[in-house]
Amino acid sequence: MTELMHSPFADSDTEMSDSLFAKGEEMELNFGPQHPSTHGVLRLKLRVDGERITECYPIIGYLHRGTEKLFELHPFFQNVPHTDRMDYVAAATNNLAYVGAVEKLVGLTIPPRARYIRTILCELQRISSHLLWLATHAIDIGAMTPFFYTFRERELVLDLFEQYCGARLTLNCMRPGGLPHDLPVGWTDKCRELMALFPAACDEYEGLLTNNRIWKKRTVGIGVLPPDVAIDYGVTGPMLRGSGIRWDLRKAMPYEAYGEVDFEVPIGTNCDTYDRYLVRMEEMRQSVLIIIQCLDKLPEGPIMAKRPRVMKAAKDAEAYYGIEGPKGEIGFYIVGDGTPNPYRCHVRAPSFVNLQSLPELTKGYLLADLVALIGTTDIVLGEVDR
Amino acid sequence: MSDETPEQPKAPEAPAPEPAAPEAPAAVPAAETPAAAAPAAPVAKAPLSDEEKAAMKAAALEKAAAAKAAKAAAEGAAPGAAGAAAAPAAPAAKPKPVHEEDPNKPIWEKDPIAPDWQDGASDPLTQALKDEFGEAIETARSYAGDLTFQVRRDAIALVVASLKDKHRFTYLIDICGADYPKREPRFDVVYHLYSFEANRRIRLKVVAGEDTPVPTLCNVYRAANWPEREAYDMYGVRFEGHPDMTRILLWEGFNGYPLRKDFPVEGIDTGSAIYPEYYNETSGPVQGAGTGWKPPKPPEPPAPPAAEKPAAAPGTEPG
Repeated sequence: MTELMHSPFADSDTEMSDSLFAKGEEMELNFGPQHPSTHGVLRLKLRVDGERITECYPIIGYLHRGTEKLFELHPFFQNVPHTDRMDYVAAATNNLAYVGAVEKLVGLTIPPRARYIRTILCELQRISSHLLWLATHAIDIGAMTPFFYTFRERELVLDLFEQYCGARLTLNCMRPGGLPHDLPVGWTDKCRELMALFPAACDEYEGLLTNNRIWKKRTVGIGVLPPDVAIDYGVTGPMLRGSGIRWDLRKAMPYEAYGEVDFEVPIGTNCDTYDRYLVRMEEMRQSVLIIIQCLDKLPEGPIMAKRPRVMKAAKDAEAYYGIEGPKGEIGFYIVGDGTPNPYRCHVRAPSFVNLQSLPELTKGYLLADLVALIGTTDIVLGEVDR
Repeated sequence: MSDETPEQPKAPEAPAPEPAAPEAPAAVPAAETPAAAAPAAPVAKAPLSDEEKAAMKAAALEKAAAAKAAKAAAEGAAPGAAGAAAAPAAPAAKPKPVHEEDPNKPIWEKDPIAPDWQDGASDPLTQALKDEFGEAIETARSYAGDLTFQVRRDAIALVVASLKDKHRFTYLIDICGADYPKREPRFDVVYHLYSFEANRRIRLKVVAGEDTPVPTLCNVYRAANWPEREAYDMYGVRFEGHPDMTRILLWEGFNGYPLRKDFPVEGIDTGSAIYPEYYNETSGPVQGAGTGWKPPKPPEPPAPPAAEKPAAAPGTEPG
């Protein structure tokens, strides 16, 4: 192979960088909002010096729908579907964060079977969200094949959701107090079948990427986010764990059935895009373990707690409840005023907070790395803009 | 709420008197009440609770009303039927709906007991903060386990900096606003902090008005930047010292703050007619007025905020 200056195989790209890419004069570049690699409608104003990004200014809000205002208009029960539409690839965890906040607000306790089924649904959702992330992240970087492999298994996960609640994306699968439906007949067997084949599928994805030279060239050492900076920016989820901080709300403040199952929280060591990829891959495997344990322990019993027909939160009552979504801590802050509607409902959206660190992540990297870095933050613009 | 379920078996026969009960106090004429209540009183041998009295009163009133043929003509047969149904229903409702507490019953089959505000003064963190800041910590309460401090507005940045450095609340979860239009400084700014060491969340609240800016936390946490912009965008709370106090989800030039309680849900008319400073009807967006970088040395002062009157607009007045 001839020695091309821009070859990704060149081993000394750090040395040639400054002389070749930096011209000493800056250019302003608009990126998005309709760029396919922005995963929605994200616009970035970039300042580039040659190929190097010197400044990045995200402009968001193109998908703003005023969800927080909508929450104030509907009773507690009717707000669950709104949460589906924020992070629309991880509806179950959004549902859980919302209903958890309502339950904390009014003091509901959930029967064990509902807790276990919720845990299973959330972990399935984590797998499906990470699979979508892996597919798009790989496509952004230039690897087309993983997309077809991951969507093959994602389809099976969505089938499980469909059999449970009839929907594939906007699940609306939880209620304050429990669950809308019990598991259909034969569902657990299908779930077990999928869990049996999924680790092999994970190996298949990793076989395509983990030791792939091009993949490593594009991700190793790219977008380094040191742990102190990560905490300062408030990033959560795989972004934080990729920076080497072993913090997971499932372990730190166990909710639902997470206190009763064994699993590991993977962390990265080099704080780069590659480590965040490895963390997410391992999280999927851990999710499989959690689901299998939950299926084994799944108790019998009711799926809905005794709850009032019209749920009212006390005046001045307020609660914040956060859970570990696929993208990080998703939390709801709800204020009651004695009526059946929330007086104020604020969403702590992980994509919104994680995206805030993008200027820090991209500083000094090449323009071509930008798509990898947007991919590694794993944003969903429906949640960023709400 | 709590006695809804025990009453359910009686529900089919109960509905007749119930609609009458609310209107009874309003409909009682002053002269009629003693006369109507007097024959009803001997029937009830024991002292009655308030709602039973109300039911009795309603039943008696309806009997009186049924006797008055003139009134009955207007109301039709319904009150008469209700009065007849009320007689058996009222004694049936007499046993107090006691909730028999089965100790073996699992907690999810009992009525939910909403948490209540607890005093948080005994918490060591409260003590430490009160020692350091005194009056600036106005109240300390906790609801459902979340300790909440009401902090004086001018001290918030110092309090949070102390929480971060001395008490290791190194992680800012969230900042958001809330609107209470009936109160004088109408907004709340709510901060959620988390400590990895203590594995604990706390909440701080600050009261702010439209023209009383809150000190920014951007110098304490870099995470504060966007949430503060969001609070400004949604409520119009300003943050003093913020490096980039612009709108974030809505566009620069949007007139109004959509999460305020008085903002119409159906939205407002937007466009060039309202914001000629930012969008000119003929020539399009006004350069330099949108969201984005401020040039390092602005050649001219930046565009006036949206609240200013639109007379200073460059270009033609929209017709």
